[in-house]
Amino acid sequence: MNVPGGTGGGRAATSLGARFLLLSVLSLALMVLDHRDDHLSRLRQAFSVLVYPIQMSVNLPLKTWQWASTSLADRASLLSENAELKAEQLSYNVRLQRMAALEAENTRLRAILDSSARVGDRVLVAQILAVDLDPYRQRFWINRGLGDGVFVGQALLDANGVAGQIVRVEAFTSEAVLISDADHAVPVSVNRNGLRTIVVGTGDSGRLSLPYLTNSADIVPGDLLVSSGLGGVFPSGYPVGWVLDVHRRPGQSFAEVIAEPAAELDRDREVLLVWTPEDIEQKEEPTSLAEVEQ
Amino acid sequence: MRDPDTDWVLPISSFILALVLAVIPLPDAVAAFRPDWVPLVMIYWALASPERFGLPTALCLGLALDSLSGALLGQHAIAMLVVVYLSLRFHLRIRVFPIWQMTMTVFVMLAIHEFLLFWVDGVVGRSVPYIERWAGVFTGALVWPLVLGILDRVHQPNQARV
Repeated sequence: MNVPGGTGGGRAATSLGARFLLLSVLSLALMVLDHRDDHLSRLRQAFSVLVYPIQMSVNLPLKTWQWASTSLADRASLLSENAELKAEQLSYNVRLQRMAALEAENTRLRAILDSSARVGDRVLVAQILAVDLDPYRQRFWINRGLGDGVFVGQALLDANGVAGQIVRVEAFTSEAVLISDADHAVPVSVNRNGLRTIVVGTGDSGRLSLPYLTNSADIVPGDLLVSSGLGGVFPSGYPVGWVLDVHRRPGQSFAEVIAEPAAELDRDREVLLVWTPEDIEQKEEPTSLAEVEQ
Repeated sequence: MRDPDTDWVLPISSFILALVLAVIPLPDAVAAFRPDWVPLVMIYWALASPERFGLPTALCLGLALDSLSGALLGQHAIAMLVVVYLSLRFHLRIRVFPIWQMTMTVFVMLAIHEFLLFWVDGVVGRSVPYIERWAGVFTGALVWPLVLGILDRVHQPNQARV
């Protein structure tokens, strides 16, 4: 006596099973196609447009709160914040002057060595949407998409260092993975001595792991790790993290090295999308680069 | 008074609310305990109004959830299809269960749902922790009486309740 729906008798029962089978095969096919080489990017984009209002409505309370806290802040605190920012900018400007001289010197030296000059990278500010994804994966959405010229594999920085990279681009949004994701790795070099290695995420946004260093490797706690530019995803020379702890185990051939990410991975609200000069040459210039910071 | 059998406002808005709740940011400490809102609401409608909300609705919601959460397209969809298939298949019995037995049934369905998600994650090689992800199944079963009570009261206010 299994008569779902209760109307059509045995016919309804078989048709329920048949429909279930059909739709299951359909979603299995979708999974296979999606897993292999992104055959479904068009379909994904269509869905992302449909769920965009939901993402926006989830993000709205936070945005409203930020807007309210700035517009309701009193004059005194705004003035003091303004003064602080000016002082900060002044100190940055002083450093930037030295930087300009150093950059010129660097270019000159590179010209002498006949190697290609490193020109500045272009950046675009993107906001992280306050939308929770799977809590076990270090992923988030940003509010820039196809229209902004975002591409898969693009590097993301925050004010302090490398934050992650883009894994999927939709119409108005993009999905990014943090360097602390357990499936993510960044090629780095130790700033002190140029030792090259790979930093792997741990799934914990405060810890990175360096599993491929031998016990005899020259690395000590406090070393700065910078992106090496190998692999072609991350531009070279940006800070990735600091070595926290080096644990050399006599019985093992590899040391256990733990690093702390330079970027504030769990506190960021804004990130920078980076276009390296090679990217800009390869693709036509992104349209909204007019918005580029400074 | 709206007719509960033709009213679309409540179902649609409950689906949207469930999708919003599924992605709304929570503090890290409680994020693992987020109930599976979308399957819960979908189970309710599959039981309450099986001739209107069946497998196609489950497929659409599942795909929306996939798109929202950045999962493999079809992953939540197939998990949702299985859950709704079970609800439809046995809805005449489940509807007359006492509340605790109904909650146990929902618990089993949520466990199957989570297991399918977990299985697909394993097949495509995504590394996820094993223990934490079952927390949502327990909290999901705990909030089921709440979901049932609220939706029933709004959906069919004149009917006698268990």
